Amino acid sequence: MEGTVPRLTARRRQWQQMREGLSVIFASRVAKVGLALVLFWALIAILAPLVTRYDPLYQDYRHLDMPPSAQHILGTDHLGRDVWARVAYGARTILTLGPISVLAAFVLGIALGLPAGYYGGWLDEAVMRVLDALMAFPTILLYMIIISAVGASAVNVVIAIAIGGAPGIARLVRALTMDIRTREYVAAAKLRGDSDLRIMLREILPNCRGPLIIDFLLRMGYAAFYIGTLGFLGLGLRPPTPDWGAMVQEGHSRMTSNIWPVLSATVAIVTLVIGLNLFADGVREESMRYQ
Amino acid sequence: MGETPVLAVEHLAVTYRTRKREVQAVRDVSFQISQGQNLGLVGESGCGKSTVAYSVVNFLGPNGRVSGGRILFKGQELRGRRESELRRLRGAEISMVYQEPMSALNPTMRIEDQLAEALIAHRGLSRAEARRECLEALKRVYMPDVEGVMRRYPHQLSGGQQQRVLIAMAMLNSPTLLIMDEPTTALDVTVEAAVLDLIAELKAQYHTATLYISHNLGVVARISDQVAVMYAGEVVEYAPTVEIFQRPVHPYTAGLMRCLPDVDAPKGTRELVPIPGQVPRPDRIPPGCVFAPRCERRCPECAEAQPQLEEVEPGHWVRCLRPAELAPVVGPGRRPADVPLVGESAVVLDARRLKVHYSLPFQTVGGIVGLEKRRYVHAVDDVSLAVRRGRTLGIVGESGCGKSTLARAIVGLEPLREGRLEFLGVDVSRPLRRRSLASIRELQMVFQDPNGVLNPSYCVGDQIAASLRRFRVVPGDQVYGEVVRLLNAVKLNEEYYYRLPRQLSGGEKQRVGIARAIASNPSMIVCDEPVSALDVSVQAAVLALLQEIQQQYRTAMILISHDLSTVRFFSDDVVVMYLGRVVESGPCEAIYAPPNHPYTAALLAAVPRPDPTLPPRRIRLSGLVPSAVNPPNGCRFHTRCPFKVGPVCEQEEPPAREMGRDHIIYCHLPPERLYEIKP
Repeated sequence: MEGTVPRLTARRRQWQQMREGLSVIFASRVAKVGLALVLFWALIAILAPLVTRYDPLYQDYRHLDMPPSAQHILGTDHLGRDVWARVAYGARTILTLGPISVLAAFVLGIALGLPAGYYGGWLDEAVMRVLDALMAFPTILLYMIIISAVGASAVNVVIAIAIGGAPGIARLVRALTMDIRTREYVAAAKLRGDSDLRIMLREILPNCRGPLIIDFLLRMGYAAFYIGTLGFLGLGLRPPTPDWGAMVQEGHSRMTSNIWPVLSATVAIVTLVIGLNLFADGVREESMRYQ
Repeated sequence: MGETPVLAVEHLAVTYRTRKREVQAVRDVSFQISQGQNLGLVGESGCGKSTVAYSVVNFLGPNGRVSGGRILFKGQELRGRRESELRRLRGAEISMVYQEPMSALNPTMRIEDQLAEALIAHRGLSRAEARRECLEALKRVYMPDVEGVMRRYPHQLSGGQQQRVLIAMAMLNSPTLLIMDEPTTALDVTVEAAVLDLIAELKAQYHTATLYISHNLGVVARISDQVAVMYAGEVVEYAPTVEIFQRPVHPYTAGLMRCLPDVDAPKGTRELVPIPGQVPRPDRIPPGCVFAPRCERRCPECAEAQPQLEEVEPGHWVRCLRPAELAPVVGPGRRPADVPLVGESAVVLDARRLKVHYSLPFQTVGGIVGLEKRRYVHAVDDVSLAVRRGRTLGIVGESGCGKSTLARAIVGLEPLREGRLEFLGVDVSRPLRRRSLASIRELQMVFQDPNGVLNPSYCVGDQIAASLRRFRVVPGDQVYGEVVRLLNAVKLNEEYYYRLPRQLSGGEKQRVGIARAIASNPSMIVCDEPVSALDVSVQAAVLALLQEIQQQYRTAMILISHDLSTVRFFSDDVVVMYLGRVVESGPCEAIYAPPNHPYTAALLAAVPRPDPTLPPRRIRLSGLVPSAVNPPNGCRFHTRCPFKVGPVCEQEEPPAREMGRDHIIYCHLPPERLYEIKP
C-alpha cells in the first residue's frame, strides 16, 4: 500500500527535474541557435533517403561536375555523384561516428581519471604521467600515428578519437573527483561500508555530470571537426562512403572548375561544428548563471 | 538629540531584480547612529542585515537598488549622488570591514602597499608619508612586529592579524562612520575576544560612529550601545542595548534569546526553545506581520494588518501589533534537572594514546627517492579518552587543535598512526575498510557542513534508505516505512522523502544527516560541529533533537565544537584540546569552574555573553597557535601561556594533576595556583 503513492510522486519529480534541465537550454538564445543547427543536421541524417533523390554512391557518367540545377540541387562531383545526397548521407557518417567516438573517449577517460583522483598517490602519479606523455603529441599527429598503425576504418577512427580525447577527460574527471571525494556525503558513504567502486560510481560520478555534459558537447564539436580532418587526410572511412572530409579532399584540386562539392561539404562541417559549439557554450553559460 | 546624527537611515527600502520579478529585500528600515555610538544590527541570515550596510555605501551590485527612503550622512542625502562623489566619501569618511579577511585583502600585494594605496589615492600623500601613517595605524590596532607585518603578504598572517590589518585600513583616514559586517564571525573565540576589545577601545578613543552587523547576540551585547533587530527585511525592535537584553519586547527578539545556549548554565538546567519554522524568502514575505507565521503570540489580525514601528518607551521601538499586551517576554526558560546522571554506565569507546599524523608532500625531488626526511603534521598526539553509554563527551578547542581529526580517526575515516581504539570491547584501531560491518554500523557520525552532508544527486529518502539497506536494519519491503519513521523522528514529514537536498534549508539538511546517522541504530554518534554552520534559532532545534535522541536510545555521543556554550549545554564530560594534546579533561561542571588549565580559562574568558551588564573578562591570549609540524617542546601551550612558570614549561611535559574525581589538568603550575586562575 505504501509503494504506489510515493512512486507517482517520484515520477512527477523526475519530470520536473527534466523540465528544469531543458529550461536551461531554452533560456539561452545561443544554445537555441546551436541546437537548431545540430537538429537540422540530425534531421537530414535521419531522413536522408527521403530528402534526396539519388543514391550517394550512384555515378552518373553523363553528368560530371555539374553546377546546381533542378535535378541536382548542389550539382554533381567529378564522378557524377549527387553532391546533396553525399552531404546528406555524410551527415549520417559524422553524426554516428562523432557521438560514438566521444562516448568511447569518455568511458576511457572516466575509467582512468576516477580512480586516479579518488586514490591519489602512486596510482595517480602513474596514470597522469602516461596521460601527459599522450598529451605531448599534437592531436592530429597522434591520430595519424594510431590510424596508420591500425589502418583506416570507421572503428579505427573511433579508437583514435577515444585515445586522443581520453587524457583531457581523465584530467577533468580527476580534478572533479579530488574535490568531491572530500565532501561529507562521501565520508557518510564510507561510514555505510560502501565499496570504493560503489562510492566512485554512485557518489562521485553523478556529481561530476554538470561539467562533463558541457565537456561532452564541446568535444562533439571537436570530434566532428577531426573526423572531417581525418577524412580529408584520407585516414577516415574507405573511399566510396560519403564523408564530408573526403569530399573536400577529392574536390579541392578541382576547385577552380567545380567548387560545389568542396563548398557544400565545408559549409556542412562548419555549420555542424559551430552549432555544437554554440550549443555547448550556451548551456555552459546558462547553467553557470543559475549558480 | 540636538546634533545631527552621523548616519540616519529613514524608511529604507532595497529591491533586487531577479530572473522572474523584483524582490524587496529590505523594507521600511530606520535607525540613526550618532558620533561615538555603536549600533548593532542583528538577525539571522537572510534578514537583510548586510543589504542595509551595502546600501549605505551603494555596493548593491548590478541588480540591486535603493527603491525608497532616505540615507542621510551628516544630514546630507546619499541617494542619487554621483559615483565619483560616493567614491570620495567611501575613501575618506565611510569605511567598511568585511567578514572574510582573507578575501578582503589582495593576496598579491604586500600589506604595506595595500594600506598605503588608500592614503595615496585619497589624500595624495607621498610614499614616505603614507608609510609612516601605515606604521602608526598598525600600531593603533596593537599589531605585534609592525615592520615585519608591513613586508608580508596576507597569507603569511593569521586570521586575527588579517582582521586587524583590515580594521587598521578602515581606520586609516579616520572615518566618521565605520561599517563592520560580521568582522569576527570567521575567527576563533580567543581571537574574536581580542578583536572585540580592540573595536571597543577604538570607539572610545576616536569617537567613530559604528554600524556593527552580527548574528551573534553575545558579541553585540559586548560592544553596542544600541541594538536593532532585523527580521525578514524589517527592523522589528530597536532599543538601547541594556534595555533590549533585559526587556526584549518583540517575540522574535525574545525567541532569539531563548534559543541561545548559556555558557554559565550546566547541562539539564536549561531548555532551549527553538523558534519554529524559518526566515521567509524575500519573495515570499507573508502579508501582515512578517513574523506572524512563526510567532507563538500571534492573533488573527497579525496575519492581515502590518504593524508599524512604534515607541513603547522612550528610545525603545517595537514593530508589533500588540505591544501594550506584551509583558516583557520571559527570559531564558529554565527547567529542573530532570536528567538523572547516568551513574556508572558501561564504557562504549575507549581510546588510548591515539596519534594521527598527516605526512606532508616532499619539498624536493630527492624526497621521492628517499633522500628527504618525511615531515608530519602532528594533528592528534597522544590523546586518551573514554565515552560511556548514554553520555556525551564534549571536545573543545580552537581551530587547528586536532579535534576534527580526532573525530574522523575515531569513526575510521583517518588512519591511526599509533594507539589503541576499543569500541564495545572490540579493537577498531584499523581504518574503515578493515572494520567489520557490525562495528561500522554501531559507530556513526553527524557532519558539520549542511551543504556537503547530502549527495545533491539523490533525493533525501534514498540517502537514508541506503543505510537501511546496507545494514539490513529492516526487511526490504519495509524500508520506505522506516525512512518515514526516521524522518518523523527528526521532525520532518513524509513529503520530504522525494525532495532533493537543494530544496532543503540548512537546518533541514542537518536533520536529514542526523536521520541517516541514527538509521542503523548506532551505539555511538560522533557529532563534528553539528550546529556551527546554522542560525541560532535552528541550532537550538538541532541540539534539542540530538538530546532527545540520546535520551530515547541512550546513545553515547561525542560532541565536537568550538563553542563552549553548546558543549556545556549538551555534555556530561569535556576534553579540552590544544595543538593535538589534551590539556584538561573531566566532568563538565568541573571544566566550567576553577580550577582550570590556563588555556581553558582563556577560552572561557573569550566567550561573548548575551548580557551587556556582565563585566568583560580579562584573560586574553596573544600570539599564534604554533605549527603542528614542529610543535613546541614541553608544554605545547607555553608559547602563549599568560601564567608560564619558567623554563620547566619549555622543557618538560606537564604532569597530570588530578584536581577532583576524574578531573585532570596537565600543567606545571602547582595545584593551589590553578585555583587562582579566574577567567
